[in-house]
Amino acid sequence: MEKPLNNRAWLLVAPVFLIVAFSAIVPIMTVVNYSVQDTFGNNQFFWNGLGWFQELLDPTTELGGRFFDALWRNLLFSAIILAIEVPLGILVALSMPREGWKVAATLVIMALPLLIPWNVVGTIWQVFARADIGLAGWAINALGIDYNYTGDSLAAWITIVVMDVWHWTSLVALLCYAGLKSIPDAYYQAARIDGASRWAVFTTIQLPKMKRVLLIAVLLRFMDSFMIYTEPFVLTGGGPGNATTFLSIDLVKLALGQFDLGKAAAMSLVYNLIVLALCWVFYTVMTNTGSERQQVETQP
Amino acid sequence: MASITLDGLAHAYRPDPRGPQDYALKEINHVWRQGGAYALLGPSGCGKTTLLNIISGLVVPTRGRILFDGHDVTRLPTEARNIAQVFQFPVVYDTMTVRENLAFPLKNRHLPRETIARRVEEIASRLDMSAVLDRKASNLTADAKQKISLGRGLVREDVAAILFDEPLTVIDPHLKWQLRSSLKELHRSLDLTMIYVTHDQTEALTFADTVVVMHDGAVVQTGTPEELFERPAHTFVGHFIGSPGMNVLPATVEGRTAHVGGVGIDLIRSYPTLPAGEKVELGVRPEFATLAPAGSGVPVKVRRVDDIGRARIARIEIGGHPAAALMPETLSLNGDEAGLTLDARQIHIYSGGVLVAGEGAP
Repeated sequence: MEKPLNNRAWLLVAPVFLIVAFSAIVPIMTVVNYSVQDTFGNNQFFWNGLGWFQELLDPTTELGGRFFDALWRNLLFSAIILAIEVPLGILVALSMPREGWKVAATLVIMALPLLIPWNVVGTIWQVFARADIGLAGWAINALGIDYNYTGDSLAAWITIVVMDVWHWTSLVALLCYAGLKSIPDAYYQAARIDGASRWAVFTTIQLPKMKRVLLIAVLLRFMDSFMIYTEPFVLTGGGPGNATTFLSIDLVKLALGQFDLGKAAAMSLVYNLIVLALCWVFYTVMTNTGSERQQVETQP
Repeated sequence: MASITLDGLAHAYRPDPRGPQDYALKEINHVWRQGGAYALLGPSGCGKTTLLNIISGLVVPTRGRILFDGHDVTRLPTEARNIAQVFQFPVVYDTMTVRENLAFPLKNRHLPRETIARRVEEIASRLDMSAVLDRKASNLTADAKQKISLGRGLVREDVAAILFDEPLTVIDPHLKWQLRSSLKELHRSLDLTMIYVTHDQTEALTFADTVVVMHDGAVVQTGTPEELFERPAHTFVGHFIGSPGMNVLPATVEGRTAHVGGVGIDLIRSYPTLPAGEKVELGVRPEFATLAPAGSGVPVKVRRVDDIGRARIARIEIGGHPAAALMPETLSLNGDEAGLTLDARQIHIYSGGVLVAGEGAP
């Protein structure tokens, strides 16, 4: 049978294509366009080929050096954040009440940090941690510990990490709590009959049942922390020195501070590719565990 | 190995029970013999799962004691009792293989490795699971998972009783029969007490030697399937067991005659002890009430005839009260008038829902 050819369908797709073009393709192509050129202002551009990319990926150059420094800082930050927030979130979820009015109260309190705008979080902690007038900063100094996040890199890092933990552990905890709630009582009862210890219950029932929500939590927290900008920008502005200059902060410095549009464009493209690649890895892992589960249910 | 004694057991989920309405489980005295196959039968919410959880130790009763072979275990935790339980939804440890699942209760009790291996092999072959021992338990079907949860109970040599909490709910219908008969076989070959909770009368009657019928938090009758069928001790048992259930008709009794809405029915016993003020009812199963041509037996009106496959059931009215009766193959009706012949020995009189023993029975 001959298929009737009808090209009118393209008309129906056209609006979507237009919207995507203006919202994604055109901006990205603008960045690509900048990344292969150099400018000295006056809206004059000069062809530079892959020069910026070569410089960016070569750690011995000035641009490459600061890019890799910021990248390592970012990776270290994400690793610390995951290492603290995931176990802490699980622990909090495990100790949350299961029934009664306490559930609602706990959920509201837990959700509060998540509802605060990010730059407000930064401002809160900037004031809170100040050595002269901030409650926390003043108290730590009063205890005899020399603490000043504007001058000391380690103090700045600790402050940012604590701030992020305060801001985002709730998310991990709430996800884990949802995972825990979905475990039927029969599992706990069976474990008691089987004489399982508290630790065995955690490793053989709770953790496996939480696997999927944990993967989502890890994905969300990794992506967010890897792209962190607002809170450290407000709190430390990337300092002291470059101690807390993460990729996104460096990018803004480069593009808007120094107006090096070519370098910044190349850097944002590479940054974007890294994020996409990591997203893909997570997505693959998640869908694989998902299909594993499907298999279980359909097997004869 | 143990017999289980329930001594004045009662349970309320509220911490301060005031009246009987607060009790999910009203006072129960019962002995589960060692090696018996019991069914705990009743509709949802009648307290049967509560009772099961008290026996297994997941719930501590408000009042009363529970004894295993004379030892008080009322306050002992689950893991200290020799009890295994199979739940409504299959419980397997997802990350473990079938072998590890079966070994889990023994590992937790720190048995020597050789003993564990031997027991696991033994139970696996008994359950026909030797071939799948090294597969992930989570990859198996629901009925295989139920067998694993049963196996986790069987591996323990000290287990005295196995409790089943509606274990066939999620099993495919054609596998239910299979699993139920393998349960029955296991019960015969292992000297174990089994208590099987269900709301399905077929499951209860085919599995158990003794059926305990519960209603509204109380045990209303304990007996063999025959006893439940022929002498329901409570109108609820009559209703609940049998399909269709027993006809229960409001009646007044005078001497050896019962009157149902102005129609007289002959009795073979008299009931001089009927308490005044209580509601009196006459109960007779449809299987013992046969339709006959008009003019013979008790006059009734036929409303409708249902063909239920193995028999025809006539929906009738006796003195204005709806009832069901058997419709013989050979009978053809003329209009809606008919007669009803009753097996007089199978007519029971209930007072306030409870069976009353008559006097002068032949």
